[in-house]
Amino acid sequence: MINWLVQIFSLTLFNLRTIPERKGAAVAAAVGIAGVVAVLVGVLSIAEGFRAAMTATGADDIVIVLRSNADNEMTSILSREEARLVTNAPGIAWSAAGPLASAELFVIINLPKRSTGTDAHVPLRGVQQAARAVRGDITISQGRMFEPGRNEVIVGAGTARAFAGLDVGGTIRVGQSDWAVVGIFSGGGGAAESEIWTDAAVLQPAYHRGDSFQSVFVKLASPEKFKEFKDALTANPQLKVKAVRQADLLADQSSMLTTFIETFGFAIAGLMALGALFGALNTMYSAVAARTREIATLRALGFGASPIICSVLFESLVLALVGGAVGATAAYFAFNGFQAATINWQTFSQVAFAFRVSPRLLANAILWAAVIGLIGGLFPAIRAARLPVATALRET
Amino acid sequence: MSGQNGILVKVKDVEKTFRRGSEEIHVLSGLNLEVAEGEFLALMGPSGSGKTTLLNLIGGLDRPTSGSLEVSGERIDQMSGRQLAEWRARHVGFVFQFYNLLPVLTAERNVELPLLLTHLTKAQRRRHVHTALEVVGLSHRARHYPHTLSGGEQQRVGIARAIVTDPTMILADEPTGDLDRKSGDEILSLLQALNREHGKTIIMVTHDPHASARATRTVHLDKGQLSMEAPA
Ligand SMILES: Nc1ncnc2c1ncn2[C@@H]1O[C@H](COP(=O)(O)OP(=O)(O)OP(=O)(O)O)[C@@H](O)[C@H]1O
Ligand SMILES: [Mg+2]
Repeated sequence: MINWLVQIFSLTLFNLRTIPERKGAAVAAAVGIAGVVAVLVGVLSIAEGFRAAMTATGADDIVIVLRSNADNEMTSILSREEARLVTNAPGIAWSAAGPLASAELFVIINLPKRSTGTDAHVPLRGVQQAARAVRGDITISQGRMFEPGRNEVIVGAGTARAFAGLDVGGTIRVGQSDWAVVGIFSGGGGAAESEIWTDAAVLQPAYHRGDSFQSVFVKLASPEKFKEFKDALTANPQLKVKAVRQADLLADQSSMLTTFIETFGFAIAGLMALGALFGALNTMYSAVAARTREIATLRALGFGASPIICSVLFESLVLALVGGAVGATAAYFAFNGFQAATINWQTFSQVAFAFRVSPRLLANAILWAAVIGLIGGLFPAIRAARLPVATALRET
Repeated sequence: MSGQNGILVKVKDVEKTFRRGSEEIHVLSGLNLEVAEGEFLALMGPSGSGKTTLLNLIGGLDRPTSGSLEVSGERIDQMSGRQLAEWRARHVGFVFQFYNLLPVLTAERNVELPLLLTHLTKAQRRRHVHTALEVVGLSHRARHYPHTLSGGEQQRVGIARAIVTDPTMILADEPTGDLDRKSGDEILSLLQALNREHGKTIIMVTHDPHASARATRTVHLDKGQLSMEAPA
């Protein structure tokens, strides 16, 4: 018959209407799938949040110049002369105060965490006047900017949350001297928020760095100027440096941890999914068993086997999607925005970040739920369709 | 109606063997039966004699181990499962001992089910359902769910579902087996009326001599064969 779709539609409607008769099993299956989805979303939101923290400020027009054999700022060193030459290279954006370039250095200091009281690493970065303009989106949310030449610091919002004593008016002990916390800054949840900033000219003598830097942060006149800028540096025989887009550098730095978290997340979710799969299988098998006679009756009336398969699959899919939606919603409210800090394994410093339940992640989770539902429904559906009608009608 | 009608069902040398583990059960062995159009045939026999098996074969719910089954000229034993399903939808109305109504559907929705396999429009379907329920005298219960109906009423819904597509024949397996005498008699009267007034061919399995008395002919099944045929 041509009314194949009508058959599927009416059978599915019929199946869905019988769900209340099998509340227990149906709820158990949906809850199982909700659990899988919640855990998957929860774990992956860590990776997602971490990646976002590392790349949020990674704009295309911000370039970091490092020593050519260095992988990151930690292992890089630039002399004052090199920093000056970089600052004057073509392609850099200018403001009234000069080129938007900031020669910087950083050291790792130990501070007690608010949560545990134990010490952890925090990057203390020495920056030049143009640093804020280079990043573009750094705003002082509390207090004020540090004054050049003084032992003053401003603290990234993420660091201020995670570490004790980093409130405006507080002091931190760095090296031999006390430094005053004069401001809290935020910068779009990016890597900078996990740092403490001070004047490069003050940090250099405090850490016996002479007049050397580790990097130069540069804002290009436009992202397209990158090649011009880079080529100019390469062409200069006095410079042994390389230019890397900030976005690329940060993505690179975060990739190891995000990969680890993602692998871990999928492994856990995979195991749980296996459990939920059996739950769904069980539910659908019992649903099919409970309706053996009804399905047989429908087949006796002339309903086809494939519409019955489709309708059982569809029911399983609906249960799974409901479970998936519940799990994803729960995970969203439980994890989205949850504050955390972890170690960036490339720089061995703390990175503050928020769990992030992104739309991409939610779509991913719903997909998992759908796959579990379809596999869970497939075998029971085939069983339902294969059942010999005459035999099934005997079962009362 | 009258006996000059042609032969509707032709069962020829049918064998049916079931396998249960290593054991073979010969239920029907070389069975022959012809049913004329317009007949109301009662099929009797002891429990386990193969009445349901035979009815299932005639209704295309199962296939014989050997032999042939012809219904209005079509060899249903040679049809594929898919063809059989379509054939059942067009030609057979089943009435079950335990009604087999879908509990989540109202009476009228239950009756409408077989019509979903036709090309009728929604309005046409509604008209057919209405007519069928009228024939069985249950128009006033159209919106009721099966569990709110008595056994006799449920069986009438079952009969309405069986006749709503205007099938070639009605096959009823102990339609009164689960009913008290009074309700059973009403069902039998209904079947009789369908046979007499609407010319429906009916094959009914029953244990009850009372029921078979309503039929135009009764056949007895014993040890896999029709042991005796007696005109009603
Ligand atoms: N699918 C099957 N598999 C195995 N054995 C079967 C199957 N169907 C029927 N039988 C056997 O075939 C025999 C006849 O069964 P059938 O149901 O046709 O008898 P019946 O005359 O309808 O009996 P009753 O009056 O009790 O309904 C019985 O012994 C039954 O156990
Ligand atoms: Mg029987």
